[in-house]
Amino acid sequence: MAPKRSQISSTTTTGVPPIPSSPTTIHTPASSSPSQPPSKSSSATTTRDVLHDLWSRYTATTPQRTKLLDTFMAFLVVVGALQFVYCVVAGNYPFNAFLSGFSATVGQFVLTASLRIQTNPENEGEFGGTISHERAFADFVLGSVILHFFCVNFIN
Amino acid sequence: MAVEALRPFLQGTSGRNTRGLLRLIILCTIAGAAVASRLFSVIRFESIIHEFDPWFNFRATKYLVQHGFYSFWDWFDDRTWHPLGRVTGGTLYPGLMVTSGAIYHALRILSMPVDIRNICVLLAPGFSGLTAFASYLITSEMSTSPSAGLLAAAFMGITPGYISRSVAGSYDNEAIAIFLLVFTFFLWIKSVKNGSAMWGALTALFYGYMVSAWGGYVFITNLLPLHVFVLICMGRYSPRLYVAYSSWFALGTLASMQVPFVGFLPIRSSEHMSALGVFGLVQLVAFVEFIRQQVPSRQFQTLLRGLIFTVFTVSLGGLVLLTVTGVIAPWSGRFYSLWDTGYAKIHIPIIASVSEHQPTAWPAFFFDLNLLIWLFPAGVYMCFQKLKDEHVFVVIYAVLSSYFAGVMVRLMLTLTPVVCIASAMALSTVLDAYIVAENPSPPPQQNGDANGDASKDIANFFKNSLRSTRKPVYGIYTYLSKVSIVSTLTVYLLLFVLHCTWVTSNAYSSPSVVLASKLPDGSTHIIDDYREAYYWLRQNTPEKAKIMSWWDYGYQIGGMADRPTLVDNNTWNNTHIATVGKAMSSREEVSYPILRQHDVDYVLIVFGGLLGYSGDDINKFLWMVRISEGIWPDEVNERSFFTARGEYRVDDEATPTMKNSLMYKMSYYNYNNLFPAGQAQDRVRGSKLPAVGPELSTLEEAFTSENWIIRIYKVKDLDNVGRDHASAVAFEKGNKKKKTAKRRGARVLRTE
Repeated sequence: MAPKRSQISSTTTTGVPPIPSSPTTIHTPASSSPSQPPSKSSSATTTRDVLHDLWSRYTATTPQRTKLLDTFMAFLVVVGALQFVYCVVAGNYPFNAFLSGFSATVGQFVLTASLRIQTNPENEGEFGGTISHERAFADFVLGSVILHFFCVNFIN
Repeated sequence: MAVEALRPFLQGTSGRNTRGLLRLIILCTIAGAAVASRLFSVIRFESIIHEFDPWFNFRATKYLVQHGFYSFWDWFDDRTWHPLGRVTGGTLYPGLMVTSGAIYHALRILSMPVDIRNICVLLAPGFSGLTAFASYLITSEMSTSPSAGLLAAAFMGITPGYISRSVAGSYDNEAIAIFLLVFTFFLWIKSVKNGSAMWGALTALFYGYMVSAWGGYVFITNLLPLHVFVLICMGRYSPRLYVAYSSWFALGTLASMQVPFVGFLPIRSSEHMSALGVFGLVQLVAFVEFIRQQVPSRQFQTLLRGLIFTVFTVSLGGLVLLTVTGVIAPWSGRFYSLWDTGYAKIHIPIIASVSEHQPTAWPAFFFDLNLLIWLFPAGVYMCFQKLKDEHVFVVIYAVLSSYFAGVMVRLMLTLTPVVCIASAMALSTVLDAYIVAENPSPPPQQNGDANGDASKDIANFFKNSLRSTRKPVYGIYTYLSKVSIVSTLTVYLLLFVLHCTWVTSNAYSSPSVVLASKLPDGSTHIIDDYREAYYWLRQNTPEKAKIMSWWDYGYQIGGMADRPTLVDNNTWNNTHIATVGKAMSSREEVSYPILRQHDVDYVLIVFGGLLGYSGDDINKFLWMVRISEGIWPDEVNERSFFTARGEYRVDDEATPTMKNSLMYKMSYYNYNNLFPAGQAQDRVRGSKLPAVGPELSTLEEAFTSENWIIRIYKVKDLDNVGRDHASAVAFEKGNKKKKTAKRRGARVLRTE
């Protein structure tokens, strides 16, 4: 819901004001990211600025590993969406196969998201004592193995 | 002094070891007690499978052990539901059979060959020990007190509410399902607490096992999402919750779809939609949280709430829309009967006819839970006091299962674990406060650990609740109150044990295949009519002989007599059952063609009139009438079985429809001969029977058991010279033909 709404508003705003070129907009908030409060108070009016701010913060603060995970997750979303579109367009005849393929992407996405959350340094307090990064990865592997076992078993 | 000598064992690391060892010993003892208290029926009767459904499970297990897993999976059973047959492999929950099959083979590998029957009989007691252990684990997660878990285990071990379904020989799905239920909940709590995908995956695995074992898995499917939903609504969303729930849902749904009987249900039926919806919600919330981390802003809090609300309503609306348009299967009848207790009676008589689907009578709660029923609210209150994530779970579980247990007798089983957990928490809090021998000293920091914990608990417990206890309370000082409270509780607990043993021994340990009665001199008399009759069938009828009986006895006939049946306790085909009901409740002239069409060779009925056995077919007869009336309202009419004054009678005043029904005739055929003329009496219904007994023309009596509980009739073949059976019988008796002609004439007149 949130991204959809913001996209709509951004398209409406793109028509009216002259758009600054994207690299400059990325650079300026990235440099001014430490001075967050003033930008927030000023840019609360347009969601477009918020989006830019979000993107710049993301590129600036996210570690490389996490970005890798995010790419994987994006890939999974694309694959899942493709399967779903296929199911809608071409019918769901081997329903078992569709289901297990789709649930494989969803499940893998969710497990990767879990790994991402657990390794995110900002969540240190939440998982701090109990789950180290290695443990999180081991959990991820265990979950994936079980997931794909079920998928292969279900695919018919 | 003994205390001084023991001191090294109670402090430091060795103290911890000692306590761990003690705990282990206590748990083993509890498991032993749990198993032992379920063996009454084996000792009193013998190692035998009980009741009805277990006979099918037993038969399926034997099939599994004999033919292997794959042919069990593809098992098409042509010996039930004649002539339809049943795709048994695809329509059962295989968990129970596979479990006992695995135990059987494991013991074989260990070169300890045990008869599969004994494994089946003792499976439920064995798993009850595990259930006690699982409830120890889950309660230890809830409470810091070391005694709470042990108390919960002890309660779980001997509570009649759970024993009712897990005595030795009651080889039913619930035997392993309750263990799986409690253990899945434990794993869930663990995964919510740790936020670990490993625990989530384990939860999913055990959830999958539970799905393969019992239809009650839907309870978990709805309870966990509800827990998550409530936590999110309380503003308690955390990454841990995301990890736990997503990993459980993604894996658990796939795991549940592996069971053929469940199949696509998790994405089709409404019962599973809440889990799916909450899964979407969690993804959404996690996404919003992620954005909020990137852009810290006050507005996100309000945005979040608005978002949750809109998405929830939109998805609920979509769900309703999809259900209405028929994409998602509507709620099943059993589910409706959970919300509206009158629903089943009106719409699905077959569900209402099952005694365990009736609403619970209130004394049953006290009967099954005794002391725990008043400790239970206290425990739930304690959960409100602490109200961490896991306590929210207990509260939700308590509320839901209390409701469900009130609606349906058999769901008392899902209430029992939470009652045990909650009351153990309540009791342990009280005991921890009162059982400490030393006097507490005011500053809690300088106390010994147990002492300090207890006093802190008390302080937290009473904080802000009463004005007089606003200032921190550190414990109990006087020995008098300590001793009185502790001794009272001990007496209560002992009474509880007494009650449990009494209930188990008197109410729940009867196999209902073998009946016991007390003779006037006090000795026990075993009534073994069922097995006598089934054995007669096994010995004296051809292997393909089809037996018609009311569906209650279908599984037993299949299991004990090994003969094909028309209907059995797997009530999947209402029309077929109604056909049997119609044959039983119609006149002979109507019933005979039905019997012929279904290749029926023998008809088996249960008759308790001689012995005073109330669970017989005449008492169930109205359900047969109702169910068949649901299909053929023109031909069968419930009202015509009642007298003008609305009474259900079997004596002289019984209605003609009643007297002419096949069931009535079969029950009382030849019954007069047992008594002096005109003295025949039905001891169940306490009424005197008509002086002239009913006549049967299309059936002949084949077998009647010792106490007349089971009567078996053979369906006559067509007459050799083409007469109808009534005239053939009349001819045999030497009557003139005109008598039948008269009867015919009378009937013609009546129809005009």
